[in-house]
Amino acid sequence: MITLDINGQKLQTDAEPDTPLLWVLRDHLGMTGSKFGCGKALCGACTVHIDGNATRSCVLPVAAVASSKITTIEAVGQSKVGKAVQDAWIAEDVPQCGYCQSGQIMSATALLATNSKPTDADIDAAMAGNVCRCATYVRIRAAIKRAAGTLTT
Amino acid sequence: MSAVEQDAVIQATRRDVLKGGAVLTVAMWLPTGAVRANEADVSKAGTFVPNAFVRIDQDSTVTVLSKHVEMGQGSYTGLATIVAEELDADWNQIRVEGAPADAKLYNNFAFGPFQGTGGSTAIANSYDQLKQAGATARAMLVTAAANRWGVPANEITIASGVLQHKSGKSARFGELVADASKLPVPTDVKPKDPSAYNRIGKSAPRVDSRAKSTGKAIFTQDFKLPGMLTAVVAHPPRFGGKVKSFDASKAKQIKGVKAVVAFETPARAGVAVVATDFWSAKKGRDALSIEWDESNAFKQSSDEMLKEYRELSRQPGDIAKQEGDVEQAFASAARTFEATYEFPYLAHAAMEPMNCVVQIGQSSCEIWNGEQFQTADQMAVAKLLGIPPKDVKINQLYAGGSFGRRANPLSDYVVETAAIAKAMGTTDPVKLVWTREDDMRAGFYRPMYVHWLKAGVDAQGKIIAWQHRIVGQSITRGTLFAGQGKIDATSVEGAQNLPYQIPNLQVELHTTEPKVPVLWWRSVGSTHTAFATECFLDDIARETRQDPYQLRRGLLAKHPRHLAVLDLVAEKSGWKKKRAADEIYGLALHESFNSVVGQVAKLKKTPNGPKLVSVVCAVDCGIAVNPNIVAMQMESGIGYGLSAALMGAVTLKEGRVEQGNFDDYPVLRINEMPAVETHIVPSKNKPTGVGEPGTPVIAPALANALAQIDGKPVRVLPLSAQGVKLA
Repeated sequence: MITLDINGQKLQTDAEPDTPLLWVLRDHLGMTGSKFGCGKALCGACTVHIDGNATRSCVLPVAAVASSKITTIEAVGQSKVGKAVQDAWIAEDVPQCGYCQSGQIMSATALLATNSKPTDADIDAAMAGNVCRCATYVRIRAAIKRAAGTLTT
Repeated sequence: MSAVEQDAVIQATRRDVLKGGAVLTVAMWLPTGAVRANEADVSKAGTFVPNAFVRIDQDSTVTVLSKHVEMGQGSYTGLATIVAEELDADWNQIRVEGAPADAKLYNNFAFGPFQGTGGSTAIANSYDQLKQAGATARAMLVTAAANRWGVPANEITIASGVLQHKSGKSARFGELVADASKLPVPTDVKPKDPSAYNRIGKSAPRVDSRAKSTGKAIFTQDFKLPGMLTAVVAHPPRFGGKVKSFDASKAKQIKGVKAVVAFETPARAGVAVVATDFWSAKKGRDALSIEWDESNAFKQSSDEMLKEYRELSRQPGDIAKQEGDVEQAFASAARTFEATYEFPYLAHAAMEPMNCVVQIGQSSCEIWNGEQFQTADQMAVAKLLGIPPKDVKINQLYAGGSFGRRANPLSDYVVETAAIAKAMGTTDPVKLVWTREDDMRAGFYRPMYVHWLKAGVDAQGKIIAWQHRIVGQSITRGTLFAGQGKIDATSVEGAQNLPYQIPNLQVELHTTEPKVPVLWWRSVGSTHTAFATECFLDDIARETRQDPYQLRRGLLAKHPRHLAVLDLVAEKSGWKKKRAADEIYGLALHESFNSVVGQVAKLKKTPNGPKLVSVVCAVDCGIAVNPNIVAMQMESGIGYGLSAALMGAVTLKEGRVEQGNFDDYPVLRINEMPAVETHIVPSKNKPTGVGEPGTPVIAPALANALAQIDGKPVRVLPLSAQGVKLA
């Protein structure tokens, strides 16, 4: 048994220690907001926060995060920044197919938590690991700026 | 259904389905009266269900049943907008549910008696149907109110979901549900005239934004049933390979693995490891030892194929279109030009790798899927299980992208899931999960093509002859969607209907038949024909020192929609204004799925090479039901098309696919996305497609800009294969 700190709750799993966190969340704990896209940390659909840092959960063995604070899309809206990002995503009508957007929102929230006024270059650097095949990038950029605006006023 | 009856369905479908991507047939039939939706089991106790598309609850919630999958293109929002318009509902009371599989109620009029989503038809083929559905529901609510209040129906108005009478009486929809349900369904209700619209043409927020911004939207990947098992598969390393033998002993030792089964479907063979969860199944799959029978497998390399295609492009092909006499015109031309264009195989690479959930019952089967091809999938699974197609129940879920991949005439991944569940021999639900590599190597690509073009101009630079030869696989051959004759319309669309007025025009086709599975890919034939035609036209403009915009203008006198789009994109991009020395504009114009799109790609020279700063896009898509979604689809099409133009290529080495994931099949990322502005031509015509038409235009617009830098035209895609990289 491994005990995890996920979204402020202590949760136990009997998953094998080598199981990536993504599959523990999805298959063992029923949290399906984080998505499987590539399995190799290439697309960012599985992004969660480990101790506040945007991290790809598809290549992260669960045993490695037993002592970390894990936040997923299911609870990111409980933080001020996460809520602002989600609200901005809805206001800008960012999602199309939506499959990558949990990961996009987790990356954007991690960015804004440390950089309240990101430049376009900052946004590129923080978000280039998150693929969107619907190419919602124009609106992702607009939503990050909108969220930044609501957080600084 | 007997085999004979089933054949009859297939024959009828084969006869009536869409013959070619953009060549849409008109509506095959419209229901003469409203159909009671309870035939399709969409009703609920205590609700008002005037037809198969609208259900109103006692709490006034209006549920719109969408016969089309929501895969990102905005169909749920657009279709609900049409119903909300006719009902005069408040947007907040609207919700959308995927309709079940039932071709009698939910067929796509563009496809005939066949339910499915594709060809950018969702809004176009539903527009009249949903106007009627919404208007009928509205009329029944009004009648119910008129009866209750004892006032004439024509004195009742509805605004934001509230019925009102000047006497002060008012009611929300829910209060009238019981009364309206008892009324006969009228068959003569007249929907609104577009001049009365107050919701269509405005941009309601998407109905799925919140669920998709909070992780709550349920995709197939997320769907779970009690006792559900997960299957991960090993596919043959080459197309056409079969399983000779396999050793599952190591796989079966892995904790969680329940079974290992071989399967074979019309699309492919393989071995599946079925386990309690994905990771156990994947470890089991990786532990399999399989001997493949490759005696009939495809072993060519794409380089060799390309060489053959180039040689074929120099020989006459089957005639797809012939006007005038190109040979004679070339003989009299002042100058002639030739060009060869090459296009690779492309993977759809939707964010959600293909997956499906199937549960087989005693004499039925239930499927959960982001379902794009209901009727084909019902038939394929029914055939596998030996049950009637109607007993294959399909539940609609969100699709994490598709771009054509989930509309598969062979039902490849759906029937694969059913075959695995069948081989299990239990009633346990099975979820098939492909890894990214499984998805990328499973085939069903945009075909590889080589185009050869020749044009002749007179002494004034007027184009007098145009010959266009296309070499590549047919997408529809051997499927329900195959047309008559040698020419697959999807191979030549965009070339054989070239809008430019040229007196001598010839389009030819060589259809090749390598055993590489191919499929429609967002904008189908236009993905390559738009590039070849629009780049070749710019070549001629450059060589004859004509402005690309003016050259096109002069050839479009008979195409007012094209002309209006061209003029709009030129105006909004500032085409005629003086540009800075480091600014380069490229223009392209193309019609697909009955919509016309023009784009200007704006490049800026930088020390690190040219940078694609922005794209100005103009579109005529008829009435824009939701202009914001039209803009989204233009942005999306541009990004998707740009990804392929810059870096998309699937290549084969002795039959093996060389790519597997986003490292060797790179896709567009945020730092590579230009700004996009979309302008919509005002229109009173019925809606036409928007999901695909933005896609094929960006590659030629970009290439036409790049060609101006050094006068070297782009003739091979992707640009990365030519060492061209944008800043």
